[in-house]
Amino acid sequence: MSTEHKNLTQTPLLKILVLWMGCNLNHGKGSSVPQFCNSPTVIVMVGLPARGKTYISKKLTRYLNWIGVPTKVFNVGQYRREAVKTYKNFEFFKPDNEEAMRIRKACASAALKDVAAYFTKEYGQVAVFDATNTTRERRAVINSFAKERGYKVFFVESICDDPEIITENIKQVKFGSPDYIDRDIEEAMTDFVQRIECYKASYTSIDDEKDRKLSYIKIFDVGSRYLVNQVQDHIQSRIVYYLMNIHVTPRSIYLSRHGESELNLLGRIGGDSGLSPRGLKYADALAVFIRGQQIKDLKVWTSHMKRTIQTAEALGVQYEQWKALNEIDAGVCEELTYEEIQENFPEEFAMRDQEKYRYRYPKGESYEDLVHRLEPVIMELERQENVLVICHQAIMRCLIAYFLDKPADELPYLRCPLHTVLKLTPVAYGCKVESFFLNIEAVNTHREKPT
Amino acid sequence: MKHRSPLEQHHGKQPRVSVPAEAAAGSLQSDMEDKSTFSPRELTQNPLKKIWMPNKNGLPEKHISHRMVCMTNCPTLIVTVGLPARGKTYISKKLTRYLNWIGVLTREFNVGQYRREFLKIYKSFEFFRPDNEEGLKIRRQCASAALNDVRQYLTEEGGQVAVFDATNTTRERRDTILEFAEQNGFKVFFVESVCEDPEVIQENIVQVKLGSPDYTNCNTEEAVEDFMKRIKCYENSYETLDEVLDRDLSFIKIMDVGQRYLVNKVMDHIQSRIVYYLMNIHITPRSIYLCRHGESELNVKGRIGGDSGLTPGGKEFAKKLNQFIQTQNIRELKVWTSQMKRTIQTAEALNVPYEQWKVLNEIDAGVCEEMRYEEIQENYRLEFALRDQDKYRYRYPKGESYEDLVQRLEPVIMELERQENVLVICHQAVMRCLLAYFLDKAAEELPYLKCPLHTVLKLTPMAYGCKVESISLNVEAVNTHREKPENVEVTRMSEEALITVPAHQ
Repeated sequence: MSTEHKNLTQTPLLKILVLWMGCNLNHGKGSSVPQFCNSPTVIVMVGLPARGKTYISKKLTRYLNWIGVPTKVFNVGQYRREAVKTYKNFEFFKPDNEEAMRIRKACASAALKDVAAYFTKEYGQVAVFDATNTTRERRAVINSFAKERGYKVFFVESICDDPEIITENIKQVKFGSPDYIDRDIEEAMTDFVQRIECYKASYTSIDDEKDRKLSYIKIFDVGSRYLVNQVQDHIQSRIVYYLMNIHVTPRSIYLSRHGESELNLLGRIGGDSGLSPRGLKYADALAVFIRGQQIKDLKVWTSHMKRTIQTAEALGVQYEQWKALNEIDAGVCEELTYEEIQENFPEEFAMRDQEKYRYRYPKGESYEDLVHRLEPVIMELERQENVLVICHQAIMRCLIAYFLDKPADELPYLRCPLHTVLKLTPVAYGCKVESFFLNIEAVNTHREKPT
Repeated sequence: MKHRSPLEQHHGKQPRVSVPAEAAAGSLQSDMEDKSTFSPRELTQNPLKKIWMPNKNGLPEKHISHRMVCMTNCPTLIVTVGLPARGKTYISKKLTRYLNWIGVLTREFNVGQYRREFLKIYKSFEFFRPDNEEGLKIRRQCASAALNDVRQYLTEEGGQVAVFDATNTTRERRDTILEFAEQNGFKVFFVESVCEDPEVIQENIVQVKLGSPDYTNCNTEEAVEDFMKRIKCYENSYETLDEVLDRDLSFIKIMDVGQRYLVNKVMDHIQSRIVYYLMNIHITPRSIYLCRHGESELNVKGRIGGDSGLTPGGKEFAKKLNQFIQTQNIRELKVWTSQMKRTIQTAEALNVPYEQWKVLNEIDAGVCEEMRYEEIQENYRLEFALRDQDKYRYRYPKGESYEDLVQRLEPVIMELERQENVLVICHQAVMRCLLAYFLDKAAEELPYLKCPLHTVLKLTPMAYGCKVESISLNVEAVNTHREKPENVEVTRMSEEALITVPAHQ
């Protein structure tokens, strides 16, 4: 093999060095962190109805997509709703209902087929197979399906017998389900409880002895206890870590930028300037607003930059500084105006507009890099309860994209105006968003994608 | 997912976050009234770490907590549980090393050590017989002495985590420890290692017991026989952590060297990080190769940072590195580089797939990028002096510190733990941080570890530590290692500042 010196060129967008021909990077796109998925992985949910399987499926999928692992949920209930247009009642789920059994098996097969298509045709890396999968037989079918195609399998079983939690689940997500749209609450509750009974008789939990070769995590009582078996690789390890850090205790996350800064006023990006007079006013208004919210045990986080810290100072409470919350590093463009960037770096400017998510400033960072450095912040936000994060425009866009499940091409254009607090409250399968403009004028720093 | 317990205990110990005067006074209402002496928006930047802190009467306030790593409000006591030869000490030492590296002050307390100091001479397994009253008394005393030292470490010496390494195989003993912790306001996290695989146990005994002070005067067979009998002494009274009986305790049970884990009631951030770490480590034999890129053009000019390419000497090194790697016959070697030209050019010579990690990039020297030390002395003499005063914590203006590096390298360490044979081609400061993790070097030493160009370090985990082999590939290169000069005062003469600068063009 020739080892003569080959030319390395830097890809203009990502500023990654590659050979002019043939690239040793996975996926040919490169990123700030190696991608560790080699074979696709099927995550298989296991558990009785109302045990949080869909909640976990959606949340996990959102997280994996945000960190750059293409992931999709395949909810067998959806397939069933498409096959059987109208849901009558729990009798559909009776174990002796042969017709229904046939339909349900067909739905599961259809979903598995789509999983295969997702991997082979759509470059997916992780598929979350969201169904009860409560029998050994069904799990064996999925396992074979995966083995034949060289997919890895990781089971996630949710076990819970606390009637309060189950009732709460049913209230939060089942009443709003298409299955119960024309029912009143009591009818829906009675029917759903009987639906659960249909599964109970044939439910076999993953067996710690017989299934010791399988890779799985068992979640007991909403995270009180976990049993983890045979973690095979990096992505499974990350999934386990994530699942062990999330919780369902009600809380709210407040996101805000620093008050208007001196450099904001001058139309300059980056830097480390202090607050303008209006910015200082905002800091006071924020303090009043926060007090008004009467938040229990609020944690306050800022970046290491002067403008977020000055903003936090007005609150008069403890706060923690995170370097990871610092604004995106614009490298050679730090403290320039957009006009100056256009003048001095017209190619860079154009490239950024073409692909703002992956574009890396020369000697700086990209939004993609930001997501990577914010991952520990997200993990800690998951662990915490009420938190106020005072940060920066690009940072806030990344955090919001995580909570609101926005894809990479939308992320850099999310609106995060100055002097506006976003209150995020997890609800059902998603997040309620409330926006509070605190009535202090500020410059607009949002730049749309030019046409 | 978890239920939150209503209390996060704050047992008398001050939280680690410092608080603006107003808030410390109590209610949030008060600070609206009197702002006359305290202007909350006056900030000064700490000159060493470049952290913004509020000014109080012209003096910087003791710095607001900044997130380096897991914050825990009360100290944590990690308690190992398990029969002899189940890897408790291995886990204790490794966990302690990891926690210290990420900045959590941790120390292990091995009760066996206390016993050895007390007894001076170990005769035989009979000491451990459950009916040996005298032995039991001594062992209880040793456990108490160790706990006493734990208390001192956590309450008086600023320790954050103490690892209590002993068998702790009975519920009674564990209850004693829980009481002790409760009295002192420590959180408790149990780490139990359960293993019945005779091969693993045998290997353990061979690796670490035969070399123990207890067995220096025995031959191998005698030692193994005695040790097996020693294990037997514990077996009858062993009460493993139970899902039901111990459901209110926080613990992780590691089964069969990591095949399976049971995790119960993780209480806080640090316990969550500990669980993640323990679930990623393994004991499969392997080696980690660390080296820097080949000599770069900026290296020979005596300039720091930048993104230059290799000199002819550097290219020569890359070729030799390729040959070296071939001769090592490494199974399934993974190769990692940074995203800087010089490491990638080096990896290219190996003709194997490699992964680029941005977090392996060299320390960002901010405004000093691409300068020579002479220029830094001329233009930033204060900065230069501060760096010599505390090289680990010093952050370049608009750049990074070694402390920042450690934080950004943590995912690399975590993945290195998961992997087997890996070659990491990186940079001087980065390599120092990685090496400090593997060789348990303290923060003060870390920035001065010697990582010369054109030298490969082969690290092989062994017993409780790491064997290091240093292999120079015999290609000349400049020296880039700058020792700490004697005079670190700002007032020093340029000559004094520059006296340790290595030669360059």
